[in-house]
Amino acid sequence: MEVVQIFWPFLLFVIMLFIIGIYCIAITFNLIRALLGAEILIKAITLLVIVAGFISGRTALAQAVVISLIVVEAVSITVAVGIVLGIHGHNNSLDTRKIADTDK
Amino acid sequence: MNLNIAILIILMVAALWTTMTRSLLRAAIGLAFMSLALTLIMFRLNSGLAAVFELSVCAGLIPVLFVSTISLTHPLTKQEVMQHMKDRIRRFWYLPLIIVIAGIALSFITVTLNIKLPPKEAEESVRAVLWNGRPLYLVGQIIVLLAGAFGVVILFKESEEK
Repeated sequence: MEVVQIFWPFLLFVIMLFIIGIYCIAITFNLIRALLGAEILIKAITLLVIVAGFISGRTALAQAVVISLIVVEAVSITVAVGIVLGIHGHNNSLDTRKIADTDK
Repeated sequence: MNLNIAILIILMVAALWTTMTRSLLRAAIGLAFMSLALTLIMFRLNSGLAAVFELSVCAGLIPVLFVSTISLTHPLTKQEVMQHMKDRIRRFWYLPLIIVIAGIALSFITVTLNIKLPPKEAEESVRAVLWNGRPLYLVGQIIVLLAGAFGVVILFKESEEK
């Protein structure tokens, strides 16, 4: 089977996942929901790497990259969640419109 | 291939659910379902080890992190919920529409990708790639884990002092 025939359906779904993730981050005012949007974007990247590895026949390398990506994802989400909790403790809200101006 | 498409559609529906549902708790559960669908895709594309990581970390640990964060923040009052609902419907109803239009438009495009694949090599195991081929990946992972651990310690140390 031709490369494009295998790759294109997956790429189509990756693009749509990207649209959902970017829309979620751009439209929401809730900090936790923004993190969920970032998670959706990371899932799209993971899917893209796995499909690229499958098509090129280098699944081992793709898996190594994905495992590194998952570690980075888990750590960054943990730290981001800690920051969100700190902001909530400070402002008593997760709404970005109600967060105190940091320039002051 | 058809089963892959079916799983991808489930993944897409879970992503839409995660984005559009009003309750943050349900959104976190939707994220777990997304990871589950991605795990199935990984298994089907011969990436078993990455699938196990995805299942344990992304479908297990990260939703738990989100749920505990949601439980640590205060819930909205009924009046705020009603206000947010109206606001959310106004902002989010475009998304399924955009996705459907994008999906239809993209499926009609005939792509001529000129991808030159590298020559086939003897497949190495993931362990061999990580330990022998790319040891810096492991070093990077250790550094990131340490940075995350120190970051969390500093964040909670500050809040204790307050």
